[in-house]
Amino acid sequence: MNLFAGLLGKLTLSAFPTDAMTAGAALSIIAGGMIVVIALTYFKKWKWLWREWLTTLDPKKIGVMYLIVAFLMLLRGLSDAILIRAQQATSVGAAHGIISSDTFQQVFSAHGTIMIFFAAMGLMFGLINLVLPLQLGARDVAFPFLNATSFWLFTSGMVLINMSLIFGGFSAAGWLAYPPLSELHYNPGVGVDYWIWSLQIAGVGSLLSSINFLVTILKMRARGMSLMRMPLFAWSVLNSMVLVAFAFPILTATLTMLFLDRTLGMHFFTAGNGGNAMMYVNLIWAWGHPEVYILILPAFGVFSEVVSTFSRKRLFGYTSMVWALAAITFLSFTVWLHHFFTMGAGANVNAFFGIMTMLIAIPTGVKIFNWLFTMYRGRIRFTTPMMWFLGFVATFTVGGAAGVILAVPPADFQLHNSLFLVAHFHTMIIGGVVFGYFAGLTYWFPKIFGFRLNERLGKYAFWCWLVGFLLAFVPLYILGLMGATRRLDHYSAAMGWQWLFIISAIGVGVICLGVAFQVTQFVYSFWKRKDNLDTTGDPWDGRTLEWSIPSPVPVYNFAVLPIVTGRDPFWTSKHAKDKTDEEPHYKDILVPKNSPLGMFIAAFAFLVGFGIIWHIWWLAIIGILGVITTIIVRTCDDETEKYIPAAQVASIEAAAKERYV
Amino acid sequence: MSEPILTQRNERRLEKQAADNKTVFGFWVYIMTDCVLFASLFATYAVLHNNTYGGPAGHTLFSMPFALTETLILLTSSFTCGLAMLALHRRDKRQVIIWFTLTFLLGIAFLTMELTEFRHLVVDDNSWRRSGFLSSFFTLVGTHGLHITIGLLWMAVLLIQVLKRGLKRATVRRLMLLSLFWHFLDIVWIFIFTIVYLMGGTV
Repeated sequence: MNLFAGLLGKLTLSAFPTDAMTAGAALSIIAGGMIVVIALTYFKKWKWLWREWLTTLDPKKIGVMYLIVAFLMLLRGLSDAILIRAQQATSVGAAHGIISSDTFQQVFSAHGTIMIFFAAMGLMFGLINLVLPLQLGARDVAFPFLNATSFWLFTSGMVLINMSLIFGGFSAAGWLAYPPLSELHYNPGVGVDYWIWSLQIAGVGSLLSSINFLVTILKMRARGMSLMRMPLFAWSVLNSMVLVAFAFPILTATLTMLFLDRTLGMHFFTAGNGGNAMMYVNLIWAWGHPEVYILILPAFGVFSEVVSTFSRKRLFGYTSMVWALAAITFLSFTVWLHHFFTMGAGANVNAFFGIMTMLIAIPTGVKIFNWLFTMYRGRIRFTTPMMWFLGFVATFTVGGAAGVILAVPPADFQLHNSLFLVAHFHTMIIGGVVFGYFAGLTYWFPKIFGFRLNERLGKYAFWCWLVGFLLAFVPLYILGLMGATRRLDHYSAAMGWQWLFIISAIGVGVICLGVAFQVTQFVYSFWKRKDNLDTTGDPWDGRTLEWSIPSPVPVYNFAVLPIVTGRDPFWTSKHAKDKTDEEPHYKDILVPKNSPLGMFIAAFAFLVGFGIIWHIWWLAIIGILGVITTIIVRTCDDETEKYIPAAQVASIEAAAKERYV
Repeated sequence: MSEPILTQRNERRLEKQAADNKTVFGFWVYIMTDCVLFASLFATYAVLHNNTYGGPAGHTLFSMPFALTETLILLTSSFTCGLAMLALHRRDKRQVIIWFTLTFLLGIAFLTMELTEFRHLVVDDNSWRRSGFLSSFFTLVGTHGLHITIGLLWMAVLLIQVLKRGLKRATVRRLMLLSLFWHFLDIVWIFIFTIVYLMGGTV
């Protein structure tokens, strides 16, 4: 028994799930994994998978992998959401719903964590990887190997968090794991440790990504593309990555402290021994508030591109758009306390943070109006990305108004931790972030895959999402005003809340229908891709550099690096009177060689996390040594790049031109 | 025919130079993020440094001469690191090795002193489990120590690379980054020395 404890730490047979719901979920994960493995073996695709995807350093492929992971996690988070809605619709009076309260707590903790860290962040980094270098006229990101490492760290965190379904259970302390509840004393299981380590590993990945994209934007723009000539999406990414670089180290430090409390018996946030739980709440929101802007700013960038393209007009108020982004970036670090006005910091402190919060509505309003003015007198095409945009304007404005209400401290004292708050931030995140990334995905899909998504199914999906979203969250605003708190496992029938909860549950059903349409849209568009082929490289009559190159994009992006003379460079060159048709002069192009080492680093990081969660110390030590060794091996390899000869570039370009006829 | 080849070579050289610039700039950004990490730990220490929970306060634990010696050792190592960089600019391999080896030894001495201090505290029953103050002390100083450890490991690897391959372009770039890192740790230590030892060491 002693030997067993030494080898496997806290991991015993009792770690496996015993209730039917969790066991079913665990089994379906295992079954899904096995189906993938069997399919890969049957179709002999392992080598292809390894060479084309797993070891790739091409940001376009990494972007696609991000999107795949993010979509899987969106489905996982959605199934959590279904459980939450079903529980709250049925757990009333004598009935106690469909899951136990402990499972319910794990479910809402997992829902928030997964949706923010693995669905939304994944969609964001996916789109950035796909689009940013193309918009800048660059051939790659600044550090391709680091980029792959970031992706694999993100994936490691994702695997770890889903591992908790199979071994040991997840945190039941909410998506931000406030202490002292998340301390060892109140949460002796491994759930919070899973939360800590999956976020820690994925968070380091995000931090490295931010460094990468910052350098890419600041050092790798096409010749002539001054900052004020950058497309707005690139601007939004620049601001978002500044936020990541400033905010994620705080998360890293905070998670480390919680880990030290739980594992080494320190007293940062404990209830006794001089710990200070409110310090955790301050630290986590000093990261957490910028985090919501990290997610929304690139969505703003997507909308700026979409609205200008589909209104056939240059973006209205470019300069004010840039300054609005910068203002939001700055202000987002001055509002964290509005998440806990009830802490008791005093009237003056609350007033300061309340006013700063309201100030953010100003630059955001500037953006909304600029988008509307861009549409004004434009020749608007109501394509799917444009529909997502219009849905966003409506929902986001309502959600923003609710946010201003919450920013008033006396009102917040009433609404704090109520379903009104839950409705508010879902309005921002679904109506803003999710709609934004769906718009971006539909918009740039043909650039990446070479064919368009089916418009009709896309519109069905949009309407289901919009109607489902309203059905699901308008009742929550009302419930919140009626006094229903968040994370409610059970309530008395006398409250009269059930009918609203039932409407909300129906709303989630409608959203599920929307997701079903999206899945159908992918499958159907792929099946019928010959009808939707993008034969011009410019399916939407675009304005920025990514539309000037063939779709799907060749590995080196630009055969000849573009020279930029103004904003909307592709639009200008398309409509230039004196077009030069001379044959371009190709040169050898430097591209990075594939490498599996980024994946290995992340795999070892996974072992570190898993080992520490279960107190399997030898495994954690192997993981740490593995990470160090892999990095050393990488630094000793000086032959990490290769040249694509000019002749090959010429033949790839010629083949693309031929496709276009 | 010779001219295009020359331009091509020139272009490739410029490409490599641009890549070096990117890496150095990226490393600066990384250092900035590390600053934020340390800032969080300093803020935590500032909040918790009075939360001794009946345990000892800083002034009963810290020895000023000891901390000053640590500081001087680390400052000297920064100086020798600077000399190594001067030698690197002259591409003087022998001196680079000598000065980095000296830096390495000074780093080891610093780390040994820090661990000695930690051991004394733990043996005297003043470990990180004792109070919020000691938790934040061990974490702040320990995180710096961890960075020093990583720096030493990095230095060892690069020394081997220099010995085996000489001052190749990639190695030179890495040494430049390492020296940035080392000076950065020196600056962080100045703050630790001031805030933890000077301000906490006296009543």
